[in-house]
Amino acid sequence: MISGQTRELPTVGAAALDRLMPMHVLLDADGAIVHAGPTLMRLLGEDPVLGRPFLEVFELRRPGGIDSARALADAAGRVLTVRLCGGDGPFLTGLAQPAMPGGLIVNLSFGISVVDAVGRHALHAGDFAATDPTVELLYLVEAKDAVLDEFHKLNQRLQGARVAAEEQAFTDTLTGLKNRRALDHVLARYARAGLPHALLHLDLDWFKEVNDTHGHAAGDHVLQRTAEILVSEIREDDTAVRMGGDEFLLIFPRLTRRDRLAALAQRLLERLQEPMPFGDVHCRVSASIGIAVCEAGGTADAAGNLARADAALYLSKRRGRGRFSFSAPGCPPGCVPGAVHPQGVTKLSSR
Amino acid sequence: MHGLINRSLQNFLSDSYGVEAWQAIAARAGAPAEGFEAMLNYDDALTWSVLDAAAAHLVKARATLLEDMGTYLVSHPRMHRLRRLLRFGGVGFVDFLHSLDRLPERARLAVPDLEMPVLDLEEQGNGSFQLTVRFERQGLGLVLVGLLRAMADDFGALVCLDHAGAPDGAEVIAIEVVEVRFAEGRAFALATPAP
Repeated sequence: MISGQTRELPTVGAAALDRLMPMHVLLDADGAIVHAGPTLMRLLGEDPVLGRPFLEVFELRRPGGIDSARALADAAGRVLTVRLCGGDGPFLTGLAQPAMPGGLIVNLSFGISVVDAVGRHALHAGDFAATDPTVELLYLVEAKDAVLDEFHKLNQRLQGARVAAEEQAFTDTLTGLKNRRALDHVLARYARAGLPHALLHLDLDWFKEVNDTHGHAAGDHVLQRTAEILVSEIREDDTAVRMGGDEFLLIFPRLTRRDRLAALAQRLLERLQEPMPFGDVHCRVSASIGIAVCEAGGTADAAGNLARADAALYLSKRRGRGRFSFSAPGCPPGCVPGAVHPQGVTKLSSR
Repeated sequence: MHGLINRSLQNFLSDSYGVEAWQAIAARAGAPAEGFEAMLNYDDALTWSVLDAAAAHLVKARATLLEDMGTYLVSHPRMHRLRRLLRFGGVGFVDFLHSLDRLPERARLAVPDLEMPVLDLEEQGNGSFQLTVRFERQGLGLVLVGLLRAMADDFGALVCLDHAGAPDGAEVIAIEVVEVRFAEGRAFALATPAP
């Protein structure tokens, strides 16, 4: 029968409240705790809280200025931020509502600090109401961590592959030396840093003849042997580049002393002239070298320095090969170097 | 197919039969020699090729491999994270069964593009359930049989499982929960165990 009569509402008992809201507290009219939900009891541990004022057990952080049961009752409906007094535990979010007769019910929740709280208080699924999506939230956090972890691993592998690919892109496959692309990087870096360095441009003499007489395999062997000799004569920070064909370039950071460069060039010439056995033939080549010293604060750019080394190499070739020459510092490409020091080995291998 | 599925298949094969067996299977199936990336996508056909290659290389029935893989997904230490994520489904095995309908939803919350079957659980009373599995191809139901068996162990429940194909291309798993608390089961805490 539908009527305007006031019908008695069903009441909800404490046991039902415990299941529906396992983190609630019931306060009497004086603001003292008369009941706490089972999950909240776990948090409170051994601390006897029944009969004690709510504001003594919990520190009310927000809203501010609430210091009496009356003020707390007035805050009903506002979002509360509380923490257990004297602890460093997580902040809880709360909501208070009047309860009959003349009391207050405050329901609390962990909010985002739940991840920390389940570990700290060893909570399990039964500590949360089945309607509360907290367990789903924990599931999501763990799923997210697992996925992030996989992405992290993928990124690391990709980074490793990128480094390897870059290394390959900068390497001459026949000799294992750096290639022209790497050269541009290194020179641009030294130019930017204003780092003094020297360039040693080396071109094999008689290489074409070896190729024509003994075949490409022999030619490749000579190039590989040359690379080995170059690598064995340079320091760890130096760079050896195969420019293409039978042309090589060595870069010496922080080395500008001509006597040392001359000694090195001399040694390279001697070693490269030694016969290189390949099967039952002995390949014989020599080399011509041009050296450009690039002082700190020099005006020339990387291309200009390369051109100077190239001009010095050309001079060595013109003077009869098997020798090295220095380019005058600052000498513009194409000009006749004014301070060239042709030196070196005159004895060419007889062919 | 999602890399997670392919990677799980790869881990199952290499953890169960050795890295060399996996490499032989991968070569036979045309799978990437360096293995599958969990967070990349692959052509669907490749997954089934790997499975066929594994059956041929190991001389085992596909059905056996699929079921073993399901067990592996829950019980192998390497898959501890998946096991935990599944345990979030319920406090006991029956709760877990009831969570299966929403398993695809749960999975997609974490990995939105993961291919998941449509699962439909019907409770038939007296501890009997019937799970219908619909996927692009038959076979995933067998993985679920292995997975359910391992999850029952995990919860300490005693169950009987029976797998059958259905005429409409679906697969049906009959589940009989004989005893919910048959053994101790493995512990599960909501908090992530310290690494």
